[in-house]
Amino acid sequence: MTAHDLTLSRRSLLAGAGGLVIALQLPKAARAQQAPGAATFAPNAFIRVAADSSVTVLVKHIEFGQGPFTGLATLVAEEMDADWSQMRAEHAPADVKLYANLAFGVQGTGGSTAMANSFDQIRKAAATARIMLVQAAAQAWKVPAGEITIEAGVLKHASGKQGRFGEFAEAAAKLPAPTDAPLKSPAQYRLIGKEGAVKRIDGADKARGKAQFTIDISAPGMLTVVVARPPRFGGKVASFDATEALKIKGVVDVKQIGSGVAVYGQGMWPAIKGREALKVAWDESGAETRGSAELIAEYRALARTPGTVAGNHGDAQAVLAKAERVIEAEYVFPYLAHAPMEPLDGYLEWNAQGALARFGSQFQTTEHMTIATVLGLPPETVRLETMLAGGSFGRRAQVSQHLAAELAMCAKAIGPNRPVKLVWTREDDLTGGHYRPLFVHRLRGAVKDGKITAWTNSIVGQSFFLGTPFEAMTVKNGIDATMVEGANELPYEVADFRCEVHTAKVGVPTLWWRSVGHTHTAYAVECFIDELLQAAGQDPVAGRLALMGKEPRLAAVLKAVAELAKWTGPDAGNGRARGVAVAESFGSFVAQIAEVSIGADGEPKVHKVWCAIDCGIAVNPDVIRAQMEGGIGFGLGHALYGEITLDKGKPVQTNFDSYRSLRFQEMPEVAVVIVASTEKPTGVGEPGVPPIGPAVANALARLGKGRPRQLPMVGGMV
Amino acid sequence: MAHTLTVNGRTHSVDVDDDTPLLWAIRDNLGLTGTKFGCGIAQCGACTVWIDGQPVRSCVTPVSAVDGKVTTIEALDSKEARAVQTAWDKIDVPQCGYCQSGQVMSAVALLKDNPKPSDSDIDAAMNGNICRCATYARIRTAIHAAARTLEG
Repeated sequence: MTAHDLTLSRRSLLAGAGGLVIALQLPKAARAQQAPGAATFAPNAFIRVAADSSVTVLVKHIEFGQGPFTGLATLVAEEMDADWSQMRAEHAPADVKLYANLAFGVQGTGGSTAMANSFDQIRKAAATARIMLVQAAAQAWKVPAGEITIEAGVLKHASGKQGRFGEFAEAAAKLPAPTDAPLKSPAQYRLIGKEGAVKRIDGADKARGKAQFTIDISAPGMLTVVVARPPRFGGKVASFDATEALKIKGVVDVKQIGSGVAVYGQGMWPAIKGREALKVAWDESGAETRGSAELIAEYRALARTPGTVAGNHGDAQAVLAKAERVIEAEYVFPYLAHAPMEPLDGYLEWNAQGALARFGSQFQTTEHMTIATVLGLPPETVRLETMLAGGSFGRRAQVSQHLAAELAMCAKAIGPNRPVKLVWTREDDLTGGHYRPLFVHRLRGAVKDGKITAWTNSIVGQSFFLGTPFEAMTVKNGIDATMVEGANELPYEVADFRCEVHTAKVGVPTLWWRSVGHTHTAYAVECFIDELLQAAGQDPVAGRLALMGKEPRLAAVLKAVAELAKWTGPDAGNGRARGVAVAESFGSFVAQIAEVSIGADGEPKVHKVWCAIDCGIAVNPDVIRAQMEGGIGFGLGHALYGEITLDKGKPVQTNFDSYRSLRFQEMPEVAVVIVASTEKPTGVGEPGVPPIGPAVANALARLGKGRPRQLPMVGGMV
Repeated sequence: MAHTLTVNGRTHSVDVDDDTPLLWAIRDNLGLTGTKFGCGIAQCGACTVWIDGQPVRSCVTPVSAVDGKVTTIEALDSKEARAVQTAWDKIDVPQCGYCQSGQVMSAVALLKDNPKPSDSDIDAAMNGNICRCATYARIRTAIHAAARTLEG
């Protein structure tokens, strides 16, 4: 079994998930995790109240910066009227029966669903806990429950009696849990949607180096493992010679595993040096050997042939055939790495009785099953603890399960009772594939009498879902929805429209990347609409609005951002221009305006970005702003500088010296307005990303630089 | 061979190869994990510590070349450090948080030398610290806020 070909059938996946029970017998390290003063009141799977009155929220979503710890703790504190200082948050264990993501049916985080799927569930859990505490106090005080109020974590009665949660926790634990706990009405909210009501619950430790990530785990006898993997995707180990590696001080062992050759060291440096000294002969007979230039040429040719129809109304081809002037644009998007600051890593200890895995697991249910399968252990004896992770941007949401599989293979190869910590270096991360796929969009459109009359788009790229257990989630009629989302239906009314897609077969492992298909579709669509509107003599804002009659929420954020930026047109004076772009993704609506000039070095300089978002009820306004700022920085850095190019199948960029990341002085000032809404909350982790690239491109067009046809904008390969 | 390191005011002897980066001696031998690994080639700043008060990238500093007192995030304790960390809290700078030890080490070092930095001073001091979550704008705001606190 190799990491790349490890596939769980959908049936075994679901069968396993359904039968998953977490053992009560935990390995040693797991028991050590139990906090002293453990909870005395655990009314449900999500809330723990301890004797010291602390309220701990068990969060089923991984926290890697996007804010679910703070968000879900806010919901609990709201319904319980707790004081923010008594709130705690920690990751829930892997347990699909208790902690499935309601959007997926298995435990996992992705698609910006954390708040959307937990909003009702967590509030109900908290409201239930509240009722039980109130009931316990009513019994103790011999007063009607209806006369008890809670303020800042203190239960109060008009008689003057008062007490904190901890005093009633034990009694509350003995009460039956009601099933019909009422939720607060929005008018009663004192935290949800309130500016400054809470601070990030994980912020203080992170500013002091105290937050514990996977890479920080240590255990007695633990070995640190790095793996030598094939330089080209699809390569395999032919043979290896560990003689020199084993001479390195601190190198303990070298083992071949499915994904390569694992070097086990007493610490990271011996493992790295051991890998450098290791000699591996690779069998590249099945490896992908095409480079980016060849792939782009192939994709461009494919884009000129008929593809699978992903969206169609009217007869765009007929209109284009008769049009006086056809406007064409072809956009090329490179492979992109996620490059989270904490590279992939994982900890695993095991023996015949069971296993404990600890890592930044984003798909707990399937990763739990993968580890159990590789180790040959019954799932109920395998425990998975989710750790805080140093970013993900999609990288930890592994369709192929390759990290969990490799971790388990490393642990299995060295044998039981030898805890291992697998760590990828930055080079491993950037050359390790699972990239945002390379894409080509070929667009054709026509304008007549100031109106857009036709639009066609031919999209070529790889699918990271076809042939995986996740296929049923996104593939319909042979079309992977994540390849065309945002492009196969436009928010603009265009009478004759067609979108086709070609799925290329390439041996480079690919994966979703923060905002998935919208990473390229928003750029292609928003650049092209802007180009057509310019050709039609329309203002970028007014022209869009005129076509958005059926998209009231998207139109509203565009109006809001135009107002915020005091939009008067693309010319900003002083050698600067403004570009606009909008995108709906993951149920949230975002519009951005970027003000751009050309710097002395000839590179685009983005001075300021205005952003409007409608994500339904805004639970934590400052977390939403932070995610917009972060999404803009992430999207901008890659639009400007980011690319992984392949040379005869080998990734060229190996570290941050060549994979250029947005740096401090390149971050624009960002102003965010949150559009008020009473709709259910939707995601914010991803939706800030899609509009920034095209907003900058549209500004560059007004500076006479054209809309970059190939990303990145700076230093691209072609 | 054994190397003597003075870290956070305590002297340690660590038995590692000469070329072992200070980063891994700190993390794996001394168990101080606040200092992070991000790139290994002095490009991202996640591993920033101080040697005799000056920020250095511990991932490319071999233990054999360390001649001075090492300070890590765990031992930050000065008026500048308190001002910076309080500002980080107030402005809610961190997202994933992984790079923030390095960001804080760079920011506190800046304010020690320059209690009232301009935007371009901040650019120069923070340019070597990558944040993939792009918390940069908040870091700038927080450094200015910390500087105002230090003014009194």
